[in-house]
Amino acid sequence: MNFDLMAMQAFTGLSLFTILTLMALGLAIVFGLMGVINMAHGELMAMGAYTTYFTAMFFAKFLPGLFGIYFLVGIVLAFCVTFAFGWALERGLIRFLYKRPLDTMLATWGLSLILQQLFRQFINAKEVEVPTVSWLQGAWAVTEGIALPLSRIFIIALAVVTAATVYLFLYRTRWGLRIRAVTQNRPMAGAAGINTERVDAFTFALGCGLAGIAGSSFTMLASTGPTTGQAYIVDTFIVVVFGGVESLLGTIASAFMIGQMQSWFEYTMSGSMARASILLLVIVVLYFRPNGLFASKVRRA
Amino acid sequence: MAALILQVDGLTVSFDGFKAVDGLNFYVEQDELRCVIGPNGAGKTTLLDMICGKTKPTAGTVKFKNLELTEMIEFQITRAGVGRKFQNPSVYEDLTVAENLEISWPKKRSVFGSLFFRPDAAVVGKVQGVASQIFLREQLSTKAGLLSHGQKQWLEIGMLLMQDPELLLLDEPVAGMSAREREQTAELLNGITKGRSVVVIEHDMAFVRMIAHKVTVLHQGKLLAEGSMDDVQADPRVIETYLGH
Amino acid sequence: MSETVSVPVASGASSRRGNWWGVASFGLLAALMLVVFPLAMDVFRLGLAAKYLCLGFCAVGIVLIWGYGGILSLGQGVFFGLGSYMMAMFLKLEAAANADSSSGTALSAFFGQEGLPDFMSWNSVEKLPWWWEPFHHVWFTVAAILVIPPLLAFVLSYANFRKRVGGVYFSIVTLALSAIMAIVIIGQQGYTGGVNGITDFKTFLGHDLDNDRSKVTMYMITAGLLLLCVAIGAFILRSRLGRVLVAIRDREDRVRFSGYDPALFKAFIFAVAALFSSIGGAMFTIQVGLASPSLVGIVPSVEMVIYAAVGGRLSLVGAVYGALIVGWAKTFFSENFVEYWPYFIGLLFVVVVMFLPTGLAGLLDRLRGRAAGGGA
Repeated sequence: MNFDLMAMQAFTGLSLFTILTLMALGLAIVFGLMGVINMAHGELMAMGAYTTYFTAMFFAKFLPGLFGIYFLVGIVLAFCVTFAFGWALERGLIRFLYKRPLDTMLATWGLSLILQQLFRQFINAKEVEVPTVSWLQGAWAVTEGIALPLSRIFIIALAVVTAATVYLFLYRTRWGLRIRAVTQNRPMAGAAGINTERVDAFTFALGCGLAGIAGSSFTMLASTGPTTGQAYIVDTFIVVVFGGVESLLGTIASAFMIGQMQSWFEYTMSGSMARASILLLVIVVLYFRPNGLFASKVRRA
Repeated sequence: MAALILQVDGLTVSFDGFKAVDGLNFYVEQDELRCVIGPNGAGKTTLLDMICGKTKPTAGTVKFKNLELTEMIEFQITRAGVGRKFQNPSVYEDLTVAENLEISWPKKRSVFGSLFFRPDAAVVGKVQGVASQIFLREQLSTKAGLLSHGQKQWLEIGMLLMQDPELLLLDEPVAGMSAREREQTAELLNGITKGRSVVVIEHDMAFVRMIAHKVTVLHQGKLLAEGSMDDVQADPRVIETYLGH
Repeated sequence: MSETVSVPVASGASSRRGNWWGVASFGLLAALMLVVFPLAMDVFRLGLAAKYLCLGFCAVGIVLIWGYGGILSLGQGVFFGLGSYMMAMFLKLEAAANADSSSGTALSAFFGQEGLPDFMSWNSVEKLPWWWEPFHHVWFTVAAILVIPPLLAFVLSYANFRKRVGGVYFSIVTLALSAIMAIVIIGQQGYTGGVNGITDFKTFLGHDLDNDRSKVTMYMITAGLLLLCVAIGAFILRSRLGRVLVAIRDREDRVRFSGYDPALFKAFIFAVAALFSSIGGAMFTIQVGLASPSLVGIVPSVEMVIYAAVGGRLSLVGAVYGALIVGWAKTFFSENFVEYWPYFIGLLFVVVVMFLPTGLAGLLDRLRGRAAGGGA
């Protein structure tokens, strides 16, 4: 394999990495901080993708002159829609199940089935595609043999910006401090005057919003269908578990590794067998590092 | 001097650089009832955790009879004859008092052993005997989750009695008990030390005075003083760091 | 259907009433399955019932591991699938052998080797893979169905439990397993029949599978085996092992200090559940005439949990009812308004978890408790 091909292959891995990162960040926040597994996380990603799709339709019909910026608007809208949905979901369902993580998995699974069918019936049973805006068409020819599609560069940048924002938000702002306080010691945080219920809802909604952004990015890579989310959910879980739930950096590193592995394995085997091999590999690694690959060795009492 | 049942030498554990227990030597004789006291964060619970295998030490050895406990895992240590009662009473809340006791009967603890285990007269007798001892004779078919805090403490002690350990580790056995219950518990503990050694962590000095043969004072993970209750209470260092507060 | 843990030492009145109730509900289920269904249903409906009962094997296993062991497996489809595919391999080889010997048609001569399953020929696999070979023998097939899935389940889960991977982590591992299984089956079309599965069997040990008499016979065998599994489950739960399981579910850390190795107990019960699922899968393939990846992957694996949840996660008998009720609901929806089925099952997950965590059995227990309390 020559260098150009290797670079392209690595770049393909990077694009998958961005989706996994955004998805897994949302899940890691909700799972790592709140101990909740949201099996409908994939459907929230699909929701974000559909929101982007509708934004594109809207701009094409009513604001064709501004079509160039629809994608930026779509990202923001996708975040808002999924954030709002996440808030409602937390208040309406999740908050009753905090002490029962396994039951939460089942309830949110039920929700994911409902959402999929809603997509199927009321949006489109087939996959929908969004048009790429003109300034993201084309590719950046790094050298003679290496051409990187602009749309993919854009979503990688988007993922980096989002991840950095989340990190700064959690570790450098008062809201982030509140979230961490509540997750570490709920009664104390409550006694210190923090509205723990609102923090819960906000944290969950934030995780869902990140899935929405992931969905937006996803539209740049592939078309969106009712079961798009389900196809990604297991991989996302695996990323989070593989990385170790307590560390956001671990999640990102693990998304990077899995994205790259997928891309490299595909070089020697079919895409689906590559996926199966990675899942198996992660299960084996988990045996040796039960708390995830990047978990710190702090021992909790 | 009586034979030592437990020898802890140079025991150290550090969490993230913080040494919760630091180079501790600790010896318990056969048939002795030892009380461990010390301010919060002195490393008392961590010491018990390391003896019973809940926490792995960073350095040092824990010898129980001829066994090196640091190389064994929890259930092996328990089977070797070390019983542990936790700070927060931990009983099986969805099982009845009788079932809680019966499950602690120290035989047939393998998968197939327990599958085909049928309690015989000896077991039933033992359960009833222990239930009387821990003042829960009337509550045998009550679910443990419905017991009062003090009764749960007793039940957990009872579960240990079923196990019939040679070394009993009790973490704050009278926390949350009324004065009357404390007296009963002291009586109970004094009664059960026959033929076994007991290590008790306790904050309540009056209670310690009722039961202790010898008292060990820990401070910041290290041994501060050791001796009879009177000696320890007279020790200026102890007064300085602990009793003086 | 109260599988509340019995009280052997302090044999109070309540426990005796519990025993009586358990035996009665088991008897009722047996009468329903062995007498009422065969008399009341035509062969087609009985075939449907058989299908649901096969999934009921998984549900009974899920009660053991989830309700009592606190282990939520989202991968029972893996073991169901193993049983199902191993039986399918046997049936397919028998069908292939018969096709060649009876007709010896030009078609089979054209397509491939003698005794080679048709889908292999279509995928230009020319020689039977070595791991198919032993499935020529019925005794090997039966032994494999009974041994391989539980063994796999035991080894795999013990490794995880030993390392204290539990709770949602283990659920995710099982989820990944069912994904892997489905992906591999679909991906290796030449060896597994791919997305179409393995189908088109004719006979089982020479008996025609299509006539009514063999269908009724197969149904009765399934029902009998399922009752046996329920009985085995009840035996386990009533033993000391059952109480240790409950103890592990509620306070795994404490159980270690009672001198038990929780990993071993959890792995054991997980293996038992895998065994049940595998038997269910094998019986499914014989009766429905199909082994398909659509019964192996994530969606069916999670769906199996709802059977147990609807019936009552603490009730073995309830799990069978759960499988029947949800199964019939599925058929009803698919015959009438198929597009509403996902809403129904989705809502079922939410509603049962939120409002009926102990399922129908729990509801019945509560009503019974109220009636008894009122009477006393």
